[in-house]
Amino acid sequence: MSVALFAEQLLNGVQFGLMLFLMAAGLTLVFGVMGLINLAHGSLYMIGAFVCAAAAAAFGSFWLGLIAGLAAAAAAGALIELTVIRRLYDRDHLDQVLATFALILILSEGVRMIFGPFPLYLSVPDLLRGTVDLGITRYSLYRLALIGIGIAVAIGLWLLIAKTRLGIQIRAGESDREMIAALGVNIRWLYTVVFALGAALAGMAGALVGAIQSVQVGMGEPVLILAFVVIVIGGIGSIKGAMVGALLVGVIDTMGRFLLPRIFAAFLDPAQAMGVGAALASMLIYLLMALVLILRPRGLFPAHG
Amino acid sequence: MTYAKRVAVGLAALAFGAQGALAQDVTVGMITTLSGGGAGLGVDVRDGFQLALRKAGNENLRLVVEDDAQRPELAVQIAERMIQSERAQILTGIIWSNLAMAVVPSTVAQGVFYISPNAGPSALAGANCHQDYFNAAWQNDMLHEAAGQHANELGYENAFIMAPNYPAGTDALTGFKRFFEGELAGELYTQVGQTDYAAEIAQIRASGADSIFIFLPGGMGISFMRQYEQSGVDLPIISAGFSFDQDVLPAMGSAALGVINTSQWSPDLDNEANVAFVEAFREEYGRIPSLYASQGFDTANLILSAMDAADISDRDAFREALKAADFDSVRGEFRFADNHHPIQTVYVREVVEKDGELTNEIIGTAFEEHQDVYGDDCSM
Amino acid sequence: MAEMRREWIVNAVLAMALLIVPLVALWINEPFYVTLATRVAILALAGVGLNLALGLGGMVSFGHAAYFGLGGYVAGIMAHHAFTGLPMWIGVTGSNQMLWIWLWAALLSGFLALIIGALSLRTSGIFFIMITLAFAQMIFYFTLSWPAYGGEDGLPIFVRNQFPGLNTMRPWDMFILSYGVLMLALVFFAMLRAARFGAALMAIRQNPDRAAAVGISPFGVKLAAFVLSGMITGLAGAMMADLTRFVSPAMIAWQMSGELIVIIILGGVGRLFGPVAGAAILVAFEVIFGGITEHWQFFLGLILLGVVLFARGGLIGLLAGRARHG
Repeated sequence: MSVALFAEQLLNGVQFGLMLFLMAAGLTLVFGVMGLINLAHGSLYMIGAFVCAAAAAAFGSFWLGLIAGLAAAAAAGALIELTVIRRLYDRDHLDQVLATFALILILSEGVRMIFGPFPLYLSVPDLLRGTVDLGITRYSLYRLALIGIGIAVAIGLWLLIAKTRLGIQIRAGESDREMIAALGVNIRWLYTVVFALGAALAGMAGALVGAIQSVQVGMGEPVLILAFVVIVIGGIGSIKGAMVGALLVGVIDTMGRFLLPRIFAAFLDPAQAMGVGAALASMLIYLLMALVLILRPRGLFPAHG
Repeated sequence: MTYAKRVAVGLAALAFGAQGALAQDVTVGMITTLSGGGAGLGVDVRDGFQLALRKAGNENLRLVVEDDAQRPELAVQIAERMIQSERAQILTGIIWSNLAMAVVPSTVAQGVFYISPNAGPSALAGANCHQDYFNAAWQNDMLHEAAGQHANELGYENAFIMAPNYPAGTDALTGFKRFFEGELAGELYTQVGQTDYAAEIAQIRASGADSIFIFLPGGMGISFMRQYEQSGVDLPIISAGFSFDQDVLPAMGSAALGVINTSQWSPDLDNEANVAFVEAFREEYGRIPSLYASQGFDTANLILSAMDAADISDRDAFREALKAADFDSVRGEFRFADNHHPIQTVYVREVVEKDGELTNEIIGTAFEEHQDVYGDDCSM
Repeated sequence: MAEMRREWIVNAVLAMALLIVPLVALWINEPFYVTLATRVAILALAGVGLNLALGLGGMVSFGHAAYFGLGGYVAGIMAHHAFTGLPMWIGVTGSNQMLWIWLWAALLSGFLALIIGALSLRTSGIFFIMITLAFAQMIFYFTLSWPAYGGEDGLPIFVRNQFPGLNTMRPWDMFILSYGVLMLALVFFAMLRAARFGAALMAIRQNPDRAAAVGISPFGVKLAAFVLSGMITGLAGAMMADLTRFVSPAMIAWQMSGELIVIIILGGVGRLFGPVAGAAILVAFEVIFGGITEHWQFFLGLILLGVVLFARGGLIGLLAGRARHG
């Protein structure tokens, strides 16, 4: 195994982690501010990807598609918040799980009714095709761009929360819900905005990843479950935790898939080692999560409240 | 009559634009995947099947279609309903091997014919073969074996092979290795439903391989090809037709161009039945038929040919008529081996762009009169 | 009190209906509806298990499919070894006797619930939901990629396992067996709810601090309930495997966990007969709408959403009034 291969895998892990962060950030924000658990977050990811693919095909531009996908996910998020989610804030987690589970069924079948049963085409923009030489290894330019976008969004999110008026309201909402009402903030409006923001992040992740994956119904749920693992590891409600958790999950999952079969190959025959290694690699992040919870039941960065 | 039943009959009547149920009707129950991520395949099998019925205009065949949502337990339940309530004498339609394994053994044990338009798990071709089970498509390994065979002819000596870590995946790699004579630069099992292949592509890059064999059906193949295209790795890819057919090609786009794949059928296959089929399918549904549509079409014609030759109440005669396979298959020559799986030619195709659409074109032949290896374990 | 009586009437009607529907079906020679009623009974049994943890204990487990699937695999694997004659481990052979299989299904599911419960109950609320889900996913991926028992292809049971005095291949025999087990489980549930254990469990759900103050150990009581819950759901899994004559990782998929919760909600959380009503609604919906439109899941979602938002007591709450259980 060469250094170049190891470095490339590390980059892959980071890239995967940053895309998970886009998903996890929205989930954890919504939980932190509204105390809501949203299973339908994966559906917003799917909507982002589908609308991006359809718009990119219609306008012939990936970037217009990306904007459309982001806007559509945000709009769908706002709509869902206004019609359904806002009735759930005072309910227990069970009702929230159920209602958002119902939303998954509705949105998945709804998307299939509109776009049909076949996967859609979405391609990497011309600007970002091909590879670049990083010295130790060649790397896909698009994936490198995803890393850049992921970092930029993370910084933007931090600035938004730390420096803007909206951010102050969000932080106030996380620590004391009654207080911000007393401060004269329109809570209903704040909740809708936060939810739409989370939806936009999910839609953005869906559109970005859709260019190098299959845009199909049901694409959101596997990512959703990983995003849950991320926020449980990081501490639910904590953006910083989501970042750390996402990078941990991304890197460990990628490295596990890469290294475990090789480790088993040392003492099993190759075909068997591949099977066992792959099986164990697929369980690795859940084992990581169990370990974190045994040591720190509220995650690595417990949010207060 | 129950509500569900009335609806099913209504659908069946709609399906072939004919009303009424005659006493000598043959009822065919189609259990297939019409919802969820794998729906495209089931839709094509159904559409191909219904097209054949419409062309034949045989009003004695009643078709009942239901969606299994790719869930084995639901498929079993639907099979029970079709046998017990609809009194179906023939079942068909299942796309996935795991659903077939759940449904087929108990179906044939109840004295109902099962004719597979797609899945061909090895168990049903070998030790668990059954006189009332026919496979009108292929045994699972067949197209992969052809890919291994053709890789030899292309002079590949060091192949990197990869499939999802589930039985159809291990079968694919086993099938490829059965005929491939070169070395393996690497062998990888990925997760079922995996969407990111960066880690695998990096290993392919580092492996020093001269070619890649993959089996990644549906969304997995789309994801892999898009990422492969952006990776800068430029090794030739060979695969079985499942990963590069009309259901996924539009979504793969230019990434798929030039990929060599093996199949018993291709839209440009030049025989009378196929030319008519492709034209009728395009006219009816506005898209190029897929491998799966061709299999649905053939399955229907196989059943219709048996109905012409024998009465289904005489089970032995009807079985003989099915075995004879006296119909014009869109794949050309077609006959059943003793284990009721096809003996057929497997072609080599290349993904090309024709009139702005991605499709496959035949460039050669991997096997003539090819038969699966499991027949020896079958007692028939 | 009137509402209590009304709930008992509803329960009696449900119990009778579940018995009469298959009888009528048998009489008019539609054996499929017997099988369907069996499916309702077994899903309801799995729901009774979850209801113990979720309804009485307030533990929202989003991973009960793990026990359901484990029970299924116990039945599948034991039957597989009985069929092939190969020993499972050194000296241990398979079996095709349901009672023996059920024992193991319940014991192993209980053991799994003990491990998962002991880890998960260190947390609460949303963490608990997510952790139970993640553990189930872990087991799901394990069965998916472990090749020995079929992996994703699943494992067929060619001949149904046997029960003394019954021919389990006959739809009616299989039904009455499932119905009997369901009724026993309901009696057990009712007794447990009325016993000190049930009172302690509900006290903990309503106010853990006060319960701890009067000397109840919340962790111990909840864990015991969680293990019992897993055992019942595991037993249901073993029976479902025999009904469909097939086990596969799909039994452990997260959608299955969701479906089990849906069953409880549609029927009414914590209600004795809630799982029975919920399972009946779900199966009926699947059969009726599945025949009409391939988009039936869309409408299932709408109805589910409606129930959660506007009819929180579920069907039994609707029929028997909003009397809160315990």
